[in-house]
Amino acid sequence: MALFSGLSEKLNHIFSKLTKRGRLTELEIKTAMREVRIALLEADVNISVVKDFVAKVSERAVGEEILKSLTPTQQVIKIVNEELISLMGSTNSKLAVSDNPPTVIMMAGLQGAGKTTLVGKLGLYLKKQNKKALLCACDVYRPAAINQLKVVGEQAGCTVFEKGQGNPVKIARQAVDYAKSYGFDYVIIDTAGRLQIDEALMRELEDIKSEVNPSEILLVVDAMTGQVAVEVADTFNKRLEVTGLVLTKLDGDTRGGATLSIKAVTGKPVKFCSVGEKLGDLEPFYPDRMANRILGMGDVLTLIERAQDAVTEEQAKKLEKKFRENSFTLDDYLDQFESMQKMGGLKDILSMLPGMGTKFKIREEDIDEKKIISMRAVIQSMTKKERENPNIINSSRKMRIAKGSGTSVQEVNRVLKNFEQSKAMMKQMKNNKMFRF
Amino acid sequence: MGFFSKLKEILGKTREGISKKLTALFSSDKLGDEFYEELEDILISSDVSVATTTEIVEEIRETAKKEKLKDKDYVISLLKEELFDTLNYADVPEVKTPCVIMVVGVNGVGKTTSIGKLANKFSKEGKSVTIAAGDTFRAAASEQLSVWADRAKVRIIKHAEGADASAVVFDAIDSCKAKGTDVLIIDTAGRLHVKSNLMEELKKIDRVIKREYPTAQYLKLIVLDATTGQNAENQVKAFSEAVGLDGIILTKLDGTAKGGFIISLSYEQEIPVLFVGTGEKIDDIENFNAKDFIESMF
Repeated sequence: MALFSGLSEKLNHIFSKLTKRGRLTELEIKTAMREVRIALLEADVNISVVKDFVAKVSERAVGEEILKSLTPTQQVIKIVNEELISLMGSTNSKLAVSDNPPTVIMMAGLQGAGKTTLVGKLGLYLKKQNKKALLCACDVYRPAAINQLKVVGEQAGCTVFEKGQGNPVKIARQAVDYAKSYGFDYVIIDTAGRLQIDEALMRELEDIKSEVNPSEILLVVDAMTGQVAVEVADTFNKRLEVTGLVLTKLDGDTRGGATLSIKAVTGKPVKFCSVGEKLGDLEPFYPDRMANRILGMGDVLTLIERAQDAVTEEQAKKLEKKFRENSFTLDDYLDQFESMQKMGGLKDILSMLPGMGTKFKIREEDIDEKKIISMRAVIQSMTKKERENPNIINSSRKMRIAKGSGTSVQEVNRVLKNFEQSKAMMKQMKNNKMFRF
Repeated sequence: MGFFSKLKEILGKTREGISKKLTALFSSDKLGDEFYEELEDILISSDVSVATTTEIVEEIRETAKKEKLKDKDYVISLLKEELFDTLNYADVPEVKTPCVIMVVGVNGVGKTTSIGKLANKFSKEGKSVTIAAGDTFRAAASEQLSVWADRAKVRIIKHAEGADASAVVFDAIDSCKAKGTDVLIIDTAGRLHVKSNLMEELKKIDRVIKREYPTAQYLKLIVLDATTGQNAENQVKAFSEAVGLDGIILTKLDGTAKGGFIISLSYEQEIPVLFVGTGEKIDDIENFNAKDFIESMF
């Protein structure tokens, strides 16, 4: 069973031969970075962005000292992760406020990115802050786009301004004037989706911009976008000077590498993430979560950090020795579970391990913390001898243990079986040094 | 205008960069590591998956090495052949009447637009066409579809927003049987493939179609957005598992997006690309032609 999937597994493999500790060497970095490159490309990060990134990280990593508590693998992941996070910027969902209300927010993006839905979501978001937002329908091309905005606006409880299939520039102007007269705080302008190479429509956006002078121009990008994300973001940004980015459809299973691409070419902050079909499904952007998602690493680093706190060096050495000698006992088994609880409970840990969340679909019943409590009772009801050598546990001993722990013989059997399985698993893990604690 | 010239024109505009790169690449007579790495980069920047890219380039490399190839034109033709084989792996189903086509896909890929174009295409071929507005979820989806039905001059069956999608499908089948309609195209709500409840709804529609119209040819087509990256593969997998897929409609191929993921897709999952959407007008749909597609890349 692979506890660490994907990238870190590969890295583990690469470093498995490395026994000497010290500084990361150029060759190690190069080998590791080849895997990082593939991971990023598979996540849809643009190839030029990947190249820049890998070069930058390699430069930083060469010669860096491997921290005592980390394996070379973890050290490389740590560096990659830190660089990813710093590239992705900060958590900042503040929308600009104009000195001269209403504040105008304008949308831009490809067809199907999710602009119209986002207009509704932002409307609701502002409403919750007691701001009055006017939603303006400037997508006069897509059939029924205006109707869609009307429905979405109604759901959000916002007024929708529309003038049918008129001139979008004029409609935007009228909407701002209307908002001024009726005391709206914000005007959110929905625009038609367009390809960045569509000259006429790109010019139309520029015209709307110069007509109503928006405080925010948000580029809406589908998180599933591939390599083309760079060209799209670059063109929109050059033509309009966007002020922020919004990622949509993040509730899918995309790794979302486009985020890194658009961030790298525009340098603009990601302001929101759209994570569902309901109008309330709008979240701030968390660079650390996104970095983990792109790398496909879960929260390995968090796990590493917590592991350092929960397991002392001494315990780790003891356990490692036991792995090596294959003398892992029920006592150690219990110890391990208790360290895990210190780390925040099994459910937490499992969900943090990459690959576990999606591949194994953790069900509530699989990781019933109550079962761990009863497991502890079972093990503690055994004699010292039994714990050291479970083979001597016959049926009369099982009955005694069951009575002593207030469980059943089946429960005792289950604990013993799980223990044997863990032992077998550890035997496998022994060689690749996955867990150093 | 035929598919070839049209696509070539479009791609010609947007792929100039790549073509130049390739020409430059193949013009330099060195067939070393750098050459193959660049070749990989070119495929990857078209959204061909890393795995497929590595496989294809490795294969070309092996052949070139074995046959001691140095001729750039020959290597180009080898690569084209390889890509063609990959794209042509799956059989393209023929449309026989009566036919039910269910169109599925994630949000925002262009399902409704593609249905409008398809309806128009079949209608022009002299077939009678009906559209069923099975997207009862998204705001104003059936209005959008009605506009397309008007443009294509075909019949549309719809219920109110929020209605049961399978009920719409049931009615549509009933009506098509009665009128002897040639092609029934069913729109479905866009859904992210990870939403299990929505995938269940899709399975229900699928059961209704199979039960109510077993005599008709039944095709399930997935719409994929050419601007999508590697996630397209997950989408196809998920929809394929839920209802099975007979073909792909590749949309938004009119921009800089390459849609290279179809190369991996038709190879790994044996699902052919049937149509490509090449613009915003109702006629902007073409039969997919692997040879032309590859030719246009170079």
